[in-house]
Amino acid sequence: MADTPPDAAPNPGSKPVNARAASQKLAMSLLQVWAWVFLACLVLIFIIAVPVVSGGAVSFLSVRNSQNILVAITPVLLLGLGQTFVIISGGIDLSVGWVMSFASVISALALREAYNAGLPLPLAVFTGFLAGSIGGGMVGLFNGVIIAKLKVPAFIVTLGTSFIVRGLALLMSENTTVIGLPSGVRDYGNESLFYFIRGDGGGFSIFTKPEVTGEMLRRMDRIITYPVLVTAIVVGIAIYVLRRTKFGRYTYAIGGNQVAAMRAGVPVDRHIIKLYMLSGATAGIAGFLSTLRFTTGSAVIGDSLLLSSIAAVIIGGVSLFGGSGSVVGTVIGSLIIAVLTTGLVMLNVPSFWQFIVVGAVVILAVLIDQSRDAIRNKIAGH
Amino acid sequence: MEKEPILSVRNLTKKFGGLTAVDKVNLDIYPGEVVALLGDNGAGKSTLIKCVSGAHSHTSGTVMFQGEEVNFATPIEARDKGIETIYQDLALANNLDIAGNIFLGREKENHYFGGLFRSLDDKFMRDCSVEALKTLHVEIPDPKAPIETLSGGQRQAVAIARAVYWEAKLMIMDEPTNNLGVPEQRKVLELIENLKNRGVPVVLISHNLPDVFAVADRLIIMHRGRKVTEKKISETNTEEVVQYMVGALDDTRDPLGAG
Repeated sequence: MADTPPDAAPNPGSKPVNARAASQKLAMSLLQVWAWVFLACLVLIFIIAVPVVSGGAVSFLSVRNSQNILVAITPVLLLGLGQTFVIISGGIDLSVGWVMSFASVISALALREAYNAGLPLPLAVFTGFLAGSIGGGMVGLFNGVIIAKLKVPAFIVTLGTSFIVRGLALLMSENTTVIGLPSGVRDYGNESLFYFIRGDGGGFSIFTKPEVTGEMLRRMDRIITYPVLVTAIVVGIAIYVLRRTKFGRYTYAIGGNQVAAMRAGVPVDRHIIKLYMLSGATAGIAGFLSTLRFTTGSAVIGDSLLLSSIAAVIIGGVSLFGGSGSVVGTVIGSLIIAVLTTGLVMLNVPSFWQFIVVGAVVILAVLIDQSRDAIRNKIAGH
Repeated sequence: MEKEPILSVRNLTKKFGGLTAVDKVNLDIYPGEVVALLGDNGAGKSTLIKCVSGAHSHTSGTVMFQGEEVNFATPIEARDKGIETIYQDLALANNLDIAGNIFLGREKENHYFGGLFRSLDDKFMRDCSVEALKTLHVEIPDPKAPIETLSGGQRQAVAIARAVYWEAKLMIMDEPTNNLGVPEQRKVLELIENLKNRGVPVVLISHNLPDVFAVADRLIIMHRGRKVTEKKISETNTEEVVQYMVGALDDTRDPLGAG
């Protein structure tokens, strides 16, 4: 301490400044994790309120209900994942819901034809997966090329594509549904890694489905169904790619300053095309998984999911102006929407209220993000 | 200066259709000097610089860089040869941190399984970035923070550190002190001195004559696409420079420069 230069001595006026800076920093970190806190509060409220309303007959945090929530969020989350990348880069993909429907149809067709051609079921299912994800990716390629090379705004291009793929899906499915899939497909869409049977003679089973029937089957819960597992794997990959790879770095850079990225040698056009392909592919996987789950290809299955996916992304803290956000945020955003909607249903709240509440949360999320930016600028403003 | 010029431009002409933006300009830049490029709006200085930095390709004439004739198709080509341009609007991604910017487009990656999996080597990039800034005597409180939290001068330092880290052979700076407060301006001028001491020549485009007189060794003045004079700083003064800039003086019209 003796050799501390005089100019490093503490400024006498610095104490109150530090205190204010510290409180601002605290506010910042609270606002940064608000979505987690909000989710925890929601869960807590429903844990208390649901048994009260149902007279103790139903509990919110049951194994079955938690699994229902996970199954319910998979499509919204998958659409939201691609959307997260696209929005971080400063774009938007309005076609995801309809691409999901389109992918549901083509994966069902491919799966059925592959099976009818004599392929064993696992390979036929895999063919369906390839058809859905590649088909979705091709729609994304179309979007990306027009956006990046022909410089048409993403909003317009993906809006147009929505209509095109909707028409294609209806044409190819010949009246909205593709049926006649092999019955074994149901297992791929609904069976799970773990099973849990409540009450008498119950137990826990890993990887093998217990042979039970009737009343006991009703007491059996499926934990982590295959679509949930696939979604979890895709989420894991997305987290890694966005945080730890060049691909993720370029996505942020383009969203932050596209001109700077171009001058720095980032292949901006090619990257934008890849981003829309990614978004198409995740929507395609969502369509494929819904085909498995319902053993049917549906040309309308994803039609209403676009706004939910954008809502999940926004609640999760991705800025619509691009440049910031995370995959984990989108997971939280999807969970908030799913917990809200399931919880409200369990409280016997008329379903119209779900829309009103989700809408309010979206606006709240943006307000919180803005106040966070304001505080950060204050801190940085010296 | 008896050394070989790093950059040597001969009879450089750039036409946009019928308009001649740069008209037969000659100039040489030597190692370790700061050359100011002056001129009114539309004098052709930005176009000239863009021809050198690869943003435009020139119509006729030659550009020799490190003894080699060049005609860059893109700024990236120029940058790979060692010509770094710092634009007025900085060309940084404000949402990335220091390392993200210094390594943008040239990220260091760790390879696993023979390159099958790759991840960013953030620690290496961050350490190098902090080191590069240290050599410029710039301390950044939180290297992990996005650079939008930095001041304008600190961001300018990040842009310069990028050039230093990648061992630029020639630095072109377009109005680097614009939109900066006075202490920040002074810091940027110090950074230019620092580059000069490392032997990196700097071409400085500026409207700010006090800045120019503070750091430049020579100045080149353009008017309506032509180079009207080239002078050592010690042999001229503000009034004379202004007269050249507005076209009242012109060495090509009157070799004596007597008006």
